Amino acid sequence: MNTIALIPLFPLLSAALLIISTGRMPRHLAAIMGAGSVGLSAICVAMLANSFLADGQVRELTLWTWMSIGDFTPRIAFYIDGLTIVMMSVITGVGFLIHLYSIEFMWDDESICRYFAYMNLFVAAMLLLVMADNLLLLYLGWEGVGVCSYLLVGFWYRDPANGAAARKAFIVTRVGDTAMALGLFLLLTQLGTLDIQPMMAAANSQWQVGDTLPVLATALLLGGAVGKSAQLPLHTWLPDAMAGPTPVSALIHAATMVTAGVYLIARTYGLFLLAPPTMLAVAWIGLATLLLAGFTALAQNDIKRILAYSTISQIGYMFLALGVGAFASGIFHLMTHAFFKALLFLAAGAVIHCLHHEHNIFRMGGLRTRLPVVFASFLIGSAALAALPFTSGFYSKDAILLSAWAVEDIGPWLWAGGLLGALLTSIYSFRLVFIVFFGEAQTEPDRQPGWKMATPLILLCVLSLVGGWFALPLAGVFPPADEHRVSHAVEWISIGTPLLGLLLAYLMFLGGQLSVDKLLASSSARALRDFWFSGWRMDQLYDALWVTPYKKISHVLRDEPVDAIYNGIVAANQWGHRRLLALQNGELRWYATTMALGLILLLAVMLRNAS
Amino acid sequence: MMLELILLLLVGGAVAWQSERINPNLPRWVAMATVCLGLILLMSAVADIPSEKFSITADPTDAQSWLLYSRHEWIPRFGISLEFGMDGLSLLMLLLTLGLGAVAIISSWDEIEFKPGLFQANLVWTLAGVVGVFLSLDLFLFFLFWEVMLIPMYLLIAIWGHENRGYAAMKFFIFTQVSGLLMLLSIVVLAIQAADDGNISFSYGELLGSAPGGTAGMLTMLGFFVAFTVKLPGFPFHTWLPDAHTQAPTAGSVLLAGILLKTGAYGLLRFCIPLFPEASMQFAPVAMTLGVIGIIYGAILAFAQTDFKRLVAYSSVSHMGFVLLGLYAWNSLALQGAIMQMVAHGVSTAALFMMAGALQHRLHTRDMNRMGGLWHQAPRMGACAMFFAVASLGLPGLGNFVAEFLVLAGLFAVAPWMAAAAAIGLITAAVYSLWMMQQTFQGKPNDEHKMQDFGAREMSAMVVMIIALLWLGLYPQPVFDLTEPVLEGLQPLVADLPSTIAATIAGGTP
Repeated sequence: MNTIALIPLFPLLSAALLIISTGRMPRHLAAIMGAGSVGLSAICVAMLANSFLADGQVRELTLWTWMSIGDFTPRIAFYIDGLTIVMMSVITGVGFLIHLYSIEFMWDDESICRYFAYMNLFVAAMLLLVMADNLLLLYLGWEGVGVCSYLLVGFWYRDPANGAAARKAFIVTRVGDTAMALGLFLLLTQLGTLDIQPMMAAANSQWQVGDTLPVLATALLLGGAVGKSAQLPLHTWLPDAMAGPTPVSALIHAATMVTAGVYLIARTYGLFLLAPPTMLAVAWIGLATLLLAGFTALAQNDIKRILAYSTISQIGYMFLALGVGAFASGIFHLMTHAFFKALLFLAAGAVIHCLHHEHNIFRMGGLRTRLPVVFASFLIGSAALAALPFTSGFYSKDAILLSAWAVEDIGPWLWAGGLLGALLTSIYSFRLVFIVFFGEAQTEPDRQPGWKMATPLILLCVLSLVGGWFALPLAGVFPPADEHRVSHAVEWISIGTPLLGLLLAYLMFLGGQLSVDKLLASSSARALRDFWFSGWRMDQLYDALWVTPYKKISHVLRDEPVDAIYNGIVAANQWGHRRLLALQNGELRWYATTMALGLILLLAVMLRNAS
Repeated sequence: MMLELILLLLVGGAVAWQSERINPNLPRWVAMATVCLGLILLMSAVADIPSEKFSITADPTDAQSWLLYSRHEWIPRFGISLEFGMDGLSLLMLLLTLGLGAVAIISSWDEIEFKPGLFQANLVWTLAGVVGVFLSLDLFLFFLFWEVMLIPMYLLIAIWGHENRGYAAMKFFIFTQVSGLLMLLSIVVLAIQAADDGNISFSYGELLGSAPGGTAGMLTMLGFFVAFTVKLPGFPFHTWLPDAHTQAPTAGSVLLAGILLKTGAYGLLRFCIPLFPEASMQFAPVAMTLGVIGIIYGAILAFAQTDFKRLVAYSSVSHMGFVLLGLYAWNSLALQGAIMQMVAHGVSTAALFMMAGALQHRLHTRDMNRMGGLWHQAPRMGACAMFFAVASLGLPGLGNFVAEFLVLAGLFAVAPWMAAAAAIGLITAAVYSLWMMQQTFQGKPNDEHKMQDFGAREMSAMVVMIIALLWLGLYPQPVFDLTEPVLEGLQPLVADLPSTIAATIAGGTP
């Protein structure tokens, strides 16, 4: 049981030591501690997973009671089931590879100590998030990863643009987190506990399917999930979050943190099953997001922004899966996506690293022969992303599409939307491959990735290829899914669409049979391209709706209008003071007159009263 | 012990003042020694209390149920006595007071050159007044200490403050004084109308349950409420705070934010609500609305500031709104949250003011437009500032989160819409906290300033406060255990408050 506590402890301890050293630790040691601590955690997770797979027993561990006020007794306690095992494996496994890669990527940075401190802290917080047995501890991890994301996006703090991106990431997700906090209050007030398993049991006995309260509670939790997982309407932070170092994007903004929303919904699936309207909303949000982000990715030319929109789009698939009740498929796609998207980001990082921090894909080109390992990685990653047959992404995405098809009434619509998304995915992935690695060379690489960068790439390539054959231990976690019987036509179309996308991308960006310039000949097509490029003008919309008004209000209130009341009192006093001061003018005549008048007045009053 | 503690601080302050004649560096050592002695005195007294006394429900009308209790005649003709009592709540507040008192002394260790003796004396005398406030059970005595803590604080601002100190000190004084007089009026009214056969009493235990009903009760209650809300500070009585904070010397700001504001919250919890349960019950929706407005208004104004200290001051207004909400929600979760907020906010804001003082000492400006990129030169300061910035935006794992979560969770049970509105404060807090970090430590380094990083003395104070916030955030149970019997004693006095609020606020029942 002690291995369970060690898993988050290693990175936490390492982060603490790195922070305490305040940058004075030699970089060799910092690198060893940073990557080594996550490696140790990964070993512990492997041991735990091994014993879990042997007996299938849920493991629980209580460290201490966090607080105890009346009936409210959240604990610092872990709950390990199949879902947790999958998440922990992804976090520590992929996390370790990314840490290893980071050593080389960040070696020349003077703040490498700070980098590993934040990264380790992130891993610890992410582990707490998935291991928590109650929603309050989950929320601790949830906010913890948010802060680490903020710190790492703004890692190169000297550029104010990075700071702005970091703040945007934190504040936009915080909007969702606040909804989620309200959801926790509602659940606590109604069900009397935040411990996830007892809470779901209580919900099942207290609420009927479709009641208002579960719908409201899950809608609030969904608010948190869309914020963290960059889904509509709170997705705008993720593309900007690419300002951080590329391994950060791979770990936080592709493989782990952004999928926390998916995990949250899967973890509390018992509540969501009581709220069909919320489930439907999850599915539609997923579908809308995957299409919107897919179109946007087509128009980008920054290599990391393409991948960022692609991440948003792929998490849209996971939401679609959750929304149609295919929880296991959603988690499956979460895992395969972690493999191939981390691979793509690390490969993109290698390109950026070897090309003097070049981000624009149109200034790359011809890297196929110059960076062969990176090319192979990108090819495999893109194939898996596009869900080409027999890659890991193929199995997971296909499962989602078929589950969507099986939904009553709207199933074919969801399926068709997902299919269109798959076509888009395939086109933008191979557009990237063809432009960056084929054609004319624009920039010469000045170095080759070393073993610390190449090893993670190769291992992730393997995982991206074979990850689809992993059997996840999720049988005991979610209710068994119905067997879908779909016609072969549906299956063949699902399989064929990515290939069509590949063909289109080839014709447009490599073969040249379809000219992009011709497509963009009309002004409306260019306007559409610009619209997509801007991310559907969502940033401008939010600026106008929220940011500008908030700044205006704060500017208006800046000088404390409330003080006007008190200044008014002061002014009234001063006015009275001056009036009264005028009476004391030093003139004897004036004093004598007023005295006489006063006396007469007094006498008059007295006489009047006497009579 | 309690009278001795106050006397120790009064005398210690006087000694610190006079020790200046021997050596100008001596007063700070004397002040530090006085505070440490006070802590030792307190702890040794606490050690003598049988441990089972900490867990029995405290009945405020029963002298025996206080952890420590003492009563000496003072002005018997008017029923005024030197009545002191300490329960878990007072003990917690005393620990906070003396702990942050030490921090205040450290924070202005080498900042004061003009009359250091008198400075330290005023600092320690302020502590004496605050300790008196937290221990007094006689309302007249309470009022006396309420005024006692005001005068040395006024002098701290007026003599050692910054460029606009005269205005700020006067504003602070008048706000507190006028509202204090309202409270005095209420105290006298309460005592007189409760007197039977000419036997007047100012004793808390005897006045409980004797509040007048109807309009008279409401007006008398408002006298207390205004005095305490000015101190808290609650919207719209908060405008003295940004000026006082900005102009006060570092130690003054630390004391003001860390401790003095808490006397307002303490007064509401100990006196205002229990003495006037009925009037408070009716008034709760108004108080809560003021709390919500304070949270959001304070946060918006904090974001608008360019002066580091002013920003932190407005963040205090925002955070103390949670206290107001928690107190008037009046259930265990919310009350524990409010108390936790008093402690956690005391620590985190004291740290931020210490940071402000350190920056001003080094850069000779508080204007954040003239800062930026300071992390490069002072990574330790940057890391500390980051820690307390995320503490103040309510990061789970730190004390402030526990406080805000409990307040909102408790409030949600009685007034969900209020809780939802107040939760907006979680977002706005992130906006100003992160903006503060951007303006100071992040961004392009400015090479015109050569800035020294934190030294061992400053770091040790910071580390203690960091550990305190982590402890409060991860294992707050000792604090809850300390105050639980007190709250269990107070809550029955106002038993049916929550349901009434729920009925008063439309859409109340969840």
